[in-house]
Amino acid sequence: MIEKRTTQLMVTASPHIRSSITVAQLMWLVVTALLPALAGSIYFFGLRALFIVLLSTGSAVLFDGLAQYLFGKKSTVFDGSAALTGLLLGFNLPPNCPWWIPVAGSAFATVVAKQFFGGLGHNFINPALAGRAFLVASWPTQMTTTWLAPRGGNISALPATALKICTDAISSATPLNVLKHGTKMVLPEFNPHSLFEQLHSWAVIKNLFLGNTGGCIGETSALLLLMGGIFLIILRVIDWRIPLAYLSTVAVLVLILPGHKINPINYTLFHLLSGGLILGAFYMATDYVTSPITQKGRLIFGIGCGILTALIRLWGGYPEGVCYSILLMNVATPLIDRLTLPRPFGTRQKDGKK
Amino acid sequence: MNKITFLSMLRFRGGIHPRENKEATEHRPIEVTPLPSRVYTPLGQHIGTPSKPAVKKGDTVRTGTVIGEPSAQVSVPTHSSISGTVIDVIDLPHPLTGRLTTTVIIESDGNDTTEDEINSYDCSNITPQEIIDLVRRAGVVGLGGAAFPTFIKLSPPEDKPVDTLIINGCECEPYLTADHRLMLEKSKEIVDGTRFIAQALGVKNVIVAIEDNKLDAITAMKEAVANTGFQIIKLKTKYPQGAEKQLIKACLNREVPSGGLPADVGCIVQNVGTAFAVRNAVRFHRPLYERVVTITGNGVKEPKNLWVRIGTPTRDLIEFCGGYNGEPQKIIMGGPMMGVALADDSVPVVKGTSGILVFNDIREPSEQDCIRCGRCIEACPMGLSPTRLNYHIRAKRWQQAKAEHILDCIECGCCAYVCPAKIRLVHSFKFGKAQLARMK
Repeated sequence: MIEKRTTQLMVTASPHIRSSITVAQLMWLVVTALLPALAGSIYFFGLRALFIVLLSTGSAVLFDGLAQYLFGKKSTVFDGSAALTGLLLGFNLPPNCPWWIPVAGSAFATVVAKQFFGGLGHNFINPALAGRAFLVASWPTQMTTTWLAPRGGNISALPATALKICTDAISSATPLNVLKHGTKMVLPEFNPHSLFEQLHSWAVIKNLFLGNTGGCIGETSALLLLMGGIFLIILRVIDWRIPLAYLSTVAVLVLILPGHKINPINYTLFHLLSGGLILGAFYMATDYVTSPITQKGRLIFGIGCGILTALIRLWGGYPEGVCYSILLMNVATPLIDRLTLPRPFGTRQKDGKK
Repeated sequence: MNKITFLSMLRFRGGIHPRENKEATEHRPIEVTPLPSRVYTPLGQHIGTPSKPAVKKGDTVRTGTVIGEPSAQVSVPTHSSISGTVIDVIDLPHPLTGRLTTTVIIESDGNDTTEDEINSYDCSNITPQEIIDLVRRAGVVGLGGAAFPTFIKLSPPEDKPVDTLIINGCECEPYLTADHRLMLEKSKEIVDGTRFIAQALGVKNVIVAIEDNKLDAITAMKEAVANTGFQIIKLKTKYPQGAEKQLIKACLNREVPSGGLPADVGCIVQNVGTAFAVRNAVRFHRPLYERVVTITGNGVKEPKNLWVRIGTPTRDLIEFCGGYNGEPQKIIMGGPMMGVALADDSVPVVKGTSGILVFNDIREPSEQDCIRCGRCIEACPMGLSPTRLNYHIRAKRWQQAKAEHILDCIECGCCAYVCPAKIRLVHSFKFGKAQLARMK
């Protein structure tokens, strides 16, 4: 006989094996995917960019942990979600903003948008975007004028020849700003048409793709953001449906709706590559907590984000609409979920009970 | 007619691909376990009404003696799996449900004297009703795990004509290799049993479904079905391919209606082990008192496939497999996805026991809040939304859970397997279903 065991056996409900993936792993994978873009930002905007991002990330982790401590909740500061929120918020700030901007934004994002609603999994809007919206509403000047010119380039990403026909305003205008208010920036003796010709030239598209343009810290290099985004899709961390639906909706809408279309293809590429669209589509609209849980719902969500972004950019009061589009669709998420639940097995009409 | 069909486009929604971990036992021939010195045979080993005791303390029994008589329509007899003396008839916790169940304890005389001479009966003129009666008398139940009395499945209601019989050789649970070995070693016998099942049902269209991780079993079964007209379908390896409803969907693209039975779509599914047991019942009038069990996991020294007498304590089997490797932390009866964790190694093998898994390194992860990643919804083969159902149950919204089809949950565990927050979803659904059953 084998000896009587001394320890108790563990008894739990099935299943008795689990996949190795954890919440923390998923969050840190997204953080990892953002690191090339962070490196790009440091290259283009210098150590100032790193300083702002470290401030936002550090204070997000700090405020998240502090809030959990004050609310008497189990600390989950190391699950990566607070760090990710802080990192994304930092990516959404202009590189030359004052030091207290990332701190205030992180505090709002983690404490108000996230922990007030119950912490990770219970917030109804993306905390990083809520933080950004809070900052834009509270300190609009600091949030929209503190751009830095990228290394070897200028804020508007325009070639030097285009700058010559513009007023001084051009020196602090991002490409989307030029698109929105360009006619007012051209010196009276020149034809605005030639500015838009330059704005949609291949030179500008190339600058936008590589990141040689003014803008928020993490949104400028489409190339590096796409690399990370594809990495996340291949690892099945994020669902391809949201970015694909989002980007293609924007592309189709800007193509068919009226605008300064000198070259339709370049114009569409300009819209896709400028502003925070790539960053938003791959990293913020795909936030698990605030996007639909169903695959069909994610398509609808992406399309909704795309429609709102295109409308805000083309006819809204702001040059950029990614942040508000995603926030608005976040609010629609519970409804989308409810309307797109999968069909339970065995409820197909034609089967019926024979 | 003998064809292998590659129907890779036919599949079911959802499912997962856990590590199979079948290497330890898939190449090990089935060994015969030494006669146990004592067997503990619960009289409720099947879905339905337990049988009632037919022996009392002090009675002498032989191998195959009826020790429990069927007590209702959905009930089958229970047989002694060894010869010897009944030393007690008492209530003990059931191995799977934990409910107190009348259990017959038999001490072996070491002789294994059978009830009758082992005869081969002439089956050339057997009628469907005779097959059904023999199957019932032999106490045959579904050996895939659910243990539903087989004779009932062989007599579907008149208004639900059955046109297809599926023999389930998927064995989609990781670690288990009992069906795999049986198909390799007893393929002709399985096909023989299948013929009786098809005859009882009056069905011409017979499919043997096997996952493509068992190519040797496919080859063996392909040889065995030669000239029978039975069809072998090779299915993609995916859990839970062997679940009845998913298997029917994959093989025939028919969906068993919510709350319905396979007969509703003209189909009956039987496990390969059941087909083997049916053959013994019909050809030799031999009751179901032994089965193949896979003993494996890192907590056992020599993993094996074993012929095991029903009622043998788990501890005896582990001893025959060289004993424990390290300190066992979890012993599971069945597969790792749907099996039941045992509280003690004295628990006996029952008819539905396909495996005994021993693990020495289980870490039960702590639960976190749902992050709404949607993986559970993608994995659910029943098209449910596990995370929503879990919220309904935690909030005691029983009727809402019912409206979102919690009763269709087959407890396959795919949702809990993929959940990054490690939420015990199946636990929650079992609880919710039990609450709903109580409210009826």
